[in-house]
Amino acid sequence: MTANQPTLSVESLRTHFFTRAGVLKAVDDVSFTVSAGQVLGLVGESGSGKTVTGFSVIGLVDPPGRIVGGRVLFKGEDLVGAGEERLRRLRGDRVAMIFQDPMMTLNPVLRVDTQMIETILAHDPAVGRSAAMERARDALGRVGIPSPDERLRAYPHQFSGGMRQRVAIAIALLNRPDLIIADEPTTALDVTIQGQILYEVQKLCRETGAALIWITHDLSVIAGLADTVCVMYAGRIVESGTVDDVLDRPQHPYTAGLIGSVPSRNRRGVKLAQIPGMTPSLLSLPPGCAFRARCARADDACLAEPPLVIPSPGRGLRCFHPQADAR
Amino acid sequence: MLVYLIRRLLQSVAVLLVMSVLVFVGVFAIGDPVEILINPQADQAEIARARAALGLDQPLWRQYALFVVNAATGDLGRSFVHNVPAIDLILQRMPATLELAVTATLFGVLLGVPLGLLAGLRPQSRIGKSIMAGSILGFSLPTFWVGLMLIMVFAVQLGWLPSTGRGETRRVLGIDLSILTLDGLRHIVLPALNLALFKLSLVIRLSRAGTREVVLQDYVKFARAKGLAQRRVVWVHVFKNIMIPIVTVLGLELGSTIAFAVVTETIFAWPGMGKLIIDSINLLDRPVVVAYLMVVVFMFILINLAVDLAYSVLDPRVRLSEVKG
Repeated sequence: MTANQPTLSVESLRTHFFTRAGVLKAVDDVSFTVSAGQVLGLVGESGSGKTVTGFSVIGLVDPPGRIVGGRVLFKGEDLVGAGEERLRRLRGDRVAMIFQDPMMTLNPVLRVDTQMIETILAHDPAVGRSAAMERARDALGRVGIPSPDERLRAYPHQFSGGMRQRVAIAIALLNRPDLIIADEPTTALDVTIQGQILYEVQKLCRETGAALIWITHDLSVIAGLADTVCVMYAGRIVESGTVDDVLDRPQHPYTAGLIGSVPSRNRRGVKLAQIPGMTPSLLSLPPGCAFRARCARADDACLAEPPLVIPSPGRGLRCFHPQADAR
Repeated sequence: MLVYLIRRLLQSVAVLLVMSVLVFVGVFAIGDPVEILINPQADQAEIARARAALGLDQPLWRQYALFVVNAATGDLGRSFVHNVPAIDLILQRMPATLELAVTATLFGVLLGVPLGLLAGLRPQSRIGKSIMAGSILGFSLPTFWVGLMLIMVFAVQLGWLPSTGRGETRRVLGIDLSILTLDGLRHIVLPALNLALFKLSLVIRLSRAGTREVVLQDYVKFARAKGLAQRRVVWVHVFKNIMIPIVTVLGLELGSTIAFAVVTETIFAWPGMGKLIIDSINLLDRPVVVAYLMVVVFMFILINLAVDLAYSVLDPRVRLSEVKG
């Protein structure tokens, strides 16, 4: 393992769902890398394949879904095709995941300490219950839960949504993972709590040096958090690059549309821009660029599949008619 | 907690009272037991004497009042037919029925929950589909027919197991139990299986439906994302969540099995309460019928209470006490 090896490198990942209505290409030729201490923002609308990408990385795609191609290199080890036991050992230990809805992620009939301790003991049975309990308590304290000793013995329904998400984050961080996949962890929370959680996760990642993939539909979250960003549309990454570069100089019309539809103080009183139309059904994707039908710049060239181009170092783009520099 | 228990017990007294009135009036409406009990050649004076001896010459409200007063001291009346306290008749037969019902319920749970879990985790597999097909059979085949088939195959053809009676029993705390002796165990297997069949099917369906619902929940996926072994995900995270509905239904089922194991008891000549109640209804032996139903109602109440207590153990969101009425 070389020093510069990224923590996670996803190469041409394809995850398809084989449904009765046809093959649904939820993730189609997706590539990205994240290194230790870095934050990657994965942005897209609902149904663009962000979450499935996250689950594909840890091998938790449920049937009828299946990874049909590509590689998921975690510290150089390909996880596609890795055995279930190997994946189990990585999950929750080296790669942790935080889910979207904190009201649903904790088991309602098990106490918080049970749910925390089992995460430690599943990966290191030698720790022993009392040591595990201590680690669990420290983890709760680290994510800002007051009087963690008492809270350990509580059930999930005795916590508020924000507190539950903190518990989930504490569980994800218990074994000091190298990679954390956070799937819209602040979407279901109040705005004030959102800010706190964002801050906590960022701080904890910096402390432990973990790589972080932050899945979201909210560009404003990404702006302050991520180092690099990948914009997904209909199962593909249409644009990628460093966060400042992409947000300041979007080249794909879809990215530009997303940025344009974020309310801003400078444009008060002006009608909010929106992207016309809606996300196409993944079952009946037209050939060529999937964004074609909603794009003002589309022409006959877009009937063909746009290839991945590298307009400048560190950038990636799938578009025949990139926006030059305009905003 | 204590307040809750007391309130529940008071409620049960009310239920018992209503129940006794209904049964009293019901049996009275069916007919006059004296006409069945007495020699057809008896003359009018003899009939009147018999009626007076049984207290049936009194108006119904007085008969009932007398019953309530006596019941308060624990006397539920004497059987018209056997001329012994009705409660003794019932208590004598009760251990056999209880033992059979509990064994059958255990069969149902210990086999049904794992099979249901398996079918729920692999709904599309051959084994999952076979389990469900089997449970449909268990629902639809009539108990008496299955009982006869069990006897035919295991007692008559193969000769492995006896078909009638309780076998050797052992007395524990004044109660005779079959399950403590090898011979008794051999005797209880067939009737318990027969009685368990319906429950087994029910438990399989409940656990399968519960499992299919629970495995889709985020917390199961999160448990897997934590790297837990499949065994722990299923037997802790899924199992604890599916047990809540199963316990409810099983509580009710246990009650009705105790009360109405008649068919199975008849086929396997199991000396339980079922036979007693059928005979008593035929002979209009009111004290036994009333006492029997009182005992059954009381048992239902106890079982329901146990189910409610089990809830609070299984589901931390359930708190007994205060609000509930």
